[in-house]
Amino acid sequence: MRTDAVVLTVAFGYLALLFVIAAWGDRRAEQGRSIIGSPTVYALSIAVYCTAWTFYGSVGRAAEFGPSFLLIYLGPTLAMLMAPFMIRKMVRIASTQRITSIADFISARYGKSSSLGALVALIALIGITPYIALQLKAITLSHAVLVNYPEAAELRLAEESFWVDKSFWVALVLAVFIILFGTRHLDASERHEGMVAAIAFESLVKLVAFLTIGVFVVFVLFNGPVDLFSQVADSPQLVGALGLDAVPGGATGWVGTLVLAFLAFLTLPRQFQVLVVENVDERHLKRASWLFPLYLVAINLFVIPIAMAGLLLPIGNHDPDSFVLTLPLSAGLEGIPLLVFIGGLSAATGMVIVETIALSTMVSNQLIMPLLLRSKRLHLSSQGELAGWLLGIRRIAIVLILLLGYLYHALIGDSYSLVTIGLVSFAAAAQFAPAMLIGMYWRGATRVGASLGLIAGFLIWVYTLLLPGFAQSGWLDADFLTLGPWGIEWLRPYALFGLEGWDIYTHSLLWSLLANVGILVGVSLFTRQTPLEQTQAALFTNAMNPGLQHTPLWRGQTTCGELRSLLSRYLGAVATARILSDQGNGSLADADPAPPSLIARAEQALSGALGSASARVLINSVVRGEALDLESILSILDTTSQTLEYNRRLEQKSNELARIGEELRAANERLRELDRLKDEFVAMVSHELRTPLTSIRAFAEILRDGKDLPEEKRIHFLEVVVLESQRLSRLIEEILDLARLESGRLTLTPQKLDLVALARHSVDAVHRLQEDRGVTLVVDIDVDEAPVIGDPDRLEQVIINLLDNAGKFADDDDPRVRLHLAPHKRHFRLSVEDNGPGIAGDERERVFEKFHQIKRFSGNAGKAKGRPRGSGLGLPISRGIVSHLGGRLWVEDAPQLQGACLVMELPSAMDGREPGFVQKVGD
Amino acid sequence: MSAPRHHARLIALIALATLVFSPPLVLIFDRPPEAGASWLPLYLFVVWGLVIALGAWLMEHQREDG
Repeated sequence: MRTDAVVLTVAFGYLALLFVIAAWGDRRAEQGRSIIGSPTVYALSIAVYCTAWTFYGSVGRAAEFGPSFLLIYLGPTLAMLMAPFMIRKMVRIASTQRITSIADFISARYGKSSSLGALVALIALIGITPYIALQLKAITLSHAVLVNYPEAAELRLAEESFWVDKSFWVALVLAVFIILFGTRHLDASERHEGMVAAIAFESLVKLVAFLTIGVFVVFVLFNGPVDLFSQVADSPQLVGALGLDAVPGGATGWVGTLVLAFLAFLTLPRQFQVLVVENVDERHLKRASWLFPLYLVAINLFVIPIAMAGLLLPIGNHDPDSFVLTLPLSAGLEGIPLLVFIGGLSAATGMVIVETIALSTMVSNQLIMPLLLRSKRLHLSSQGELAGWLLGIRRIAIVLILLLGYLYHALIGDSYSLVTIGLVSFAAAAQFAPAMLIGMYWRGATRVGASLGLIAGFLIWVYTLLLPGFAQSGWLDADFLTLGPWGIEWLRPYALFGLEGWDIYTHSLLWSLLANVGILVGVSLFTRQTPLEQTQAALFTNAMNPGLQHTPLWRGQTTCGELRSLLSRYLGAVATARILSDQGNGSLADADPAPPSLIARAEQALSGALGSASARVLINSVVRGEALDLESILSILDTTSQTLEYNRRLEQKSNELARIGEELRAANERLRELDRLKDEFVAMVSHELRTPLTSIRAFAEILRDGKDLPEEKRIHFLEVVVLESQRLSRLIEEILDLARLESGRLTLTPQKLDLVALARHSVDAVHRLQEDRGVTLVVDIDVDEAPVIGDPDRLEQVIINLLDNAGKFADDDDPRVRLHLAPHKRHFRLSVEDNGPGIAGDERERVFEKFHQIKRFSGNAGKAKGRPRGSGLGLPISRGIVSHLGGRLWVEDAPQLQGACLVMELPSAMDGREPGFVQKVGD
Repeated sequence: MSAPRHHARLIALIALATLVFSPPLVLIFDRPPEAGASWLPLYLFVVWGLVIALGAWLMEHQREDG
């Protein structure tokens, strides 16, 4: 069954299936029923990351270097986690700028520079061709293993003619495939539906194939993972194989490889192609950002078991890279090896297809088109339609790239193991990362800085990885590696500047990125950007700014006719008609001046086909005046940021206004309340004044009219008149006090006095009265002497008022009042508490407001039965007096009697100091 | 979930993933049991799976326009 004919039939049958799927995908797309507009297909197409290098090489790497192969997949996992920040921005930029490749991306960022684009394309071509060669080598090798087993399948490429080598024919078939499905549209920024469908299918095939062989090895060759790993534990030579010791470079090598994989995942041309260029909807990133890492976990799950099984079982002296084939072959199976071969074929072809499309786009748009435009512009312009030309260039580029890959594979491939070439390519692609990533976030990065940084990084990569590779292949003297060029030891490519003990990739990555980033940043700080560069830099760094989209940026003048002829020359009549008719403002006559938005559309369309650098050259050739309105775009950018700033401030202001409005409303509410209370107060005062006045008048009239009243009655009536007059004048006095306090005209005569004596005196004054009311008065004085500065009459008024109030509000049945005087820090505190209902927390400050208090007093009038009501002005007056004397008066919970407690605090005047001084010290 | 909050969680997850895949923590788990191979691969796969599960949970609970 393993005859050449069968294997070849299956292999080319599989390729034919790919053609069918791709054709189907393209047909569905034409019918408007796309099969690939789903995040799952997008994630599967990203899995083109897993090449033949993953399929065969991971097992080899696991067998040789332990878990380090996982780093190649952990890096992309980290990158995909960052997709909502980084890749989303790349996708946004690419769709607005119609980016066709990573070279176009970098060129567009740095002022649509054609030289920088060409540089990137060139580096990609040199760095990636070996990687394509690697895939072809994997196909040849796996075919040889399959057919020759149990003989060792050492490559015999040198002895074979190329037409015997199957990978040559596979490459040719792939070239046809790519030409058919990769160059259908001229616009390279449009999605290649059929190709993506085929790639997604290939990702499924390789996953299924790898999982099948994994399950077979673990559950058929062994009795499950436990059995396998207990056997591993029993073989001493394998014990160290899975630890960090097996990883080249140890911990440093670990980090280096992780960083390398992270960067390469973003910058490899094929990854950029599927991640960014082929993305149709940036929302797909959300699903892909976890689905793709999950795919990576799945395809790596059985790598270690297969590697361990290959090392454990006696399958002959085969290369670990081929364990996935030799293990089932050694078990005498026929079907599974064939499936594995197809899996490997799918991994290799998927990579070759996407990579070749990406490279050919770069080569045609960044290398060949600018040259043609420059040297043969007149000649080209005289042609009728150039659209065919462009596609022709791209198709030739495809064939050439594949041939180059094959040539590399045939000439140098023998000496490299699979893994080596892969990581060398990774390191080359990683050189694009600084220009791309820094350019996306730092507006100041300049074209000169990026170009020099790239060149430096690339040269160091050549010196530390590519040339040593040649030396190992025998193309260069091996002394170059061990002794350094011309015997200069510190120039040894694997130990540059004496940095030894690192694995070669981390070593190369460190030096190349150091030079790359250092020069990019350093030179950028000292060079100027052209206006176009400034604009592009602003557009790239602010790509997520919503105000930037769909802004016409063109100002130059041209006619519609000129634009039409330019477009039809390069894009063909159909595309031109579509671009011009999408305009929406009716048919434009050829002589009409072209509106700015039309010029922008024309440039975008040309960018999609030719790359941004060439498109700019072409547009400038027909547009007179400064084509791109740089000033206005920069001002748009600035206005957008200004508008955002204004919006933010406006929002702040309106919040503030709302808050102030709320405060005003509250204040108004309060004022109304106060007004109402004032009216009540006036009514109350009038009432209070009228009551004694009425009785005085009544008794006075009786005395006047009743000439024959008995003497004792007359005396009694006169006493009533006198008492009521006293009450009246006391009331008036209080009102006057309050008025004085409020207008600040209250005159106090402060002097040093003893608060203890004053308190006792006040208690004596009210003692009789309280006793009459049945109030128990307790006096607690903790000090012998309490010198304070105050007006004795006024202070006594305050204390009497406090005692009086407490008596009124104490419990109805068993009224109790306690006066307590104690020192507190540099103050004396006199507190009067009662066992009444107390005062609620939110009422405590309001009792000191005269209006409020009246309300409260009248409300409690019924409760305080049998005890006279006050005017209700006592507490506000007391507080005014106390604060005039530098003290405080407030309400708190009664410490002993459970009712209210009013506390008066006055600064101590212990050393006869002035009141002001005392107060200062007390604070 | 508000967008800034979502971003903050995502950034925290990225930091966590970077941490658990890097040497200090990797070294801790690079210990062979009594007899047999290192725990390192098992640790990596478990942590990897957890990171992806957290990532999936975060992404799928995001608002449509976030």
